[in-house]
Amino acid sequence: MSVGLAAPVLAEPGPPAPQPEVSIPPRRPWAQRIGRVLAAVLKVALLAGFIAPFLWMLSTSLQTSAESSSFPITLIPEVPQFGNYVEAMTSGPFLTYFRNSVIVTVSILVIQLALMIPAAYAFAVYDFRFKNILFGMVLLAFMIPGQVTFIPVYLMMAEWGLIQTLLPQIIPAMTNAFGVFLLRQYFMQIPREIIEAARLDNASEWRIMLRIMVPMSIPALATVVLFSFVSHWNDYFWPLVMTDSAAVRPLPIGIAMLRESEGISQWNIIMAGNVVLVVPILIVYFFAAKHIIRAFAYSGIK
Amino acid sequence: MRNGTLWPRLRPYAMVAPVIVGIVLFVFYPIAYLGQLSLNDYNLLNPAMSEFIGLENYVEIFQRGDFYVALRNTLVYTLGTVSITLTLAVLFALLLKRHTRLGSIVQAGIFIPHVISIVSISLVWLLMMEPSFGLINTILKALGLPTSMWLQSSETSMLSIIIVSVWHSTGYFTLIVLAALHSIPASLYEAAALDNAGPVRVFFKITLPMLSPQLFFMLIISTIGALKVFDTVNIMTGGGPNNSTTSLAYYIFQNRTSNIGYASASGIVLMVLVAVFTIIYFRILSKKVHYQ
Repeated sequence: MSVGLAAPVLAEPGPPAPQPEVSIPPRRPWAQRIGRVLAAVLKVALLAGFIAPFLWMLSTSLQTSAESSSFPITLIPEVPQFGNYVEAMTSGPFLTYFRNSVIVTVSILVIQLALMIPAAYAFAVYDFRFKNILFGMVLLAFMIPGQVTFIPVYLMMAEWGLIQTLLPQIIPAMTNAFGVFLLRQYFMQIPREIIEAARLDNASEWRIMLRIMVPMSIPALATVVLFSFVSHWNDYFWPLVMTDSAAVRPLPIGIAMLRESEGISQWNIIMAGNVVLVVPILIVYFFAAKHIIRAFAYSGIK
Repeated sequence: MRNGTLWPRLRPYAMVAPVIVGIVLFVFYPIAYLGQLSLNDYNLLNPAMSEFIGLENYVEIFQRGDFYVALRNTLVYTLGTVSITLTLAVLFALLLKRHTRLGSIVQAGIFIPHVISIVSISLVWLLMMEPSFGLINTILKALGLPTSMWLQSSETSMLSIIIVSVWHSTGYFTLIVLAALHSIPASLYEAAALDNAGPVRVFFKITLPMLSPQLFFMLIISTIGALKVFDTVNIMTGGGPNNSTTSLAYYIFQNRTSNIGYASASGIVLMVLVAVFTIIYFRILSKKVHYQ
């Protein structure tokens, strides 16, 4: 945007601006220094507020049952109880839950990519009748939560005899409306001249899409895949309402069930199960935080 | 066929067809089906025995006290989470605006909850909010501050759920605001400095208007997200105590097996609520959004 657009805004007679408490830095370096220290203290407090629950989870997962539910609280367990993890993982069909999570999430991601790329390409590159209506449908679908549609979808799945399979968790998630939208935005930014030049070279549309558009859109694709992975791997609501038995349930449901089976007092076992659910993602996050953060931040800018 | 004149005209439709079919089959058709279910006294064991009862389910909805409780809870939760989350996101982003090493560590830290399953988050907070040996009350006691029953009292249960949700999503929104802050041209701030504009004035006259497209996007996303709140409620309180945290989505979930017709009618109400909020936002606010 140009400065010209903002200038009238600035010129408007606004309310008298209050004097800044920490004013013009060069004259008063000590004020600036206090400001910086204060900011640093606030930042550390902020970080502590977001990290502490995870440390607490880790500590509790290594405590004895008595330590985990007594006052005064135990910060560091006397003897780390690694057996809690064994107990958590043997108290339910953990491997089944894990396998289900992997199958469901990978299937969803692969199918979404296969459907979403051509659709986004068509919406970005071609002019065709009903294009706006069809794209409007995609946007509308993005706004309608699963909490509205789950009853009829469940009945449909039951009618098709699919409830005892993993399919009710996979098929309804095949289309990623948000992904189509984001990818289309990205495709539209790619100069038309590149596409025209490729067409002059007799490249097929298929080839233009896969060899030119897709490689140029890796950041957007990575964003969409990451978003989708996080939301489906962590999902609780949809698998909960679509499954009736442990054989088809994913990890988050399994962990939530742990609480029912272990009872409220066994916090150490529940937290051990929780660590198993959280740590793989934390490790990935630790190594890729910079990229993940950029991807998520990017999605918010339109 | 591919070299004819027909294929180029059909191609776009073929490319969007799978996505459109998926959306129609799993979003639009279910909504129509939901509408139909809501007009019936649905018999789960024998659907053929279902009975068309017109608007009776809707009449029942608006006569039942528990529905109004769920509606009120949902609105309180939505208002609470959306306003607190967006305000904190802007404040945190301003705090983290300057590029420093500490800043980027904090940025990475506050985003962690967003990649973690809400199941884990709910369980950890459930433990921390435990009244007698929970971490939060222990800290409050140590500081000489009054403790709370948190999730165990109907006075504070909704507030507790809101705190957890805010903790879960603030990092994500902070990131969006941060990215937007960094895209504001420095020349604007230089011009303001020449005019001797104070920081508050700069914030309301430059920063906030320049953030408005992102704030608008965040408002819609966070409102829709809040209106459908279910996970934290189901894991942390089961709607209690005394229905103080029963949200609309949880209410539908509760009624889904016992009375499908009634639950479907509540589902339609939830959808209408999402639509009304979205339309209001677009009507009233979209004019105030300042696009670059």
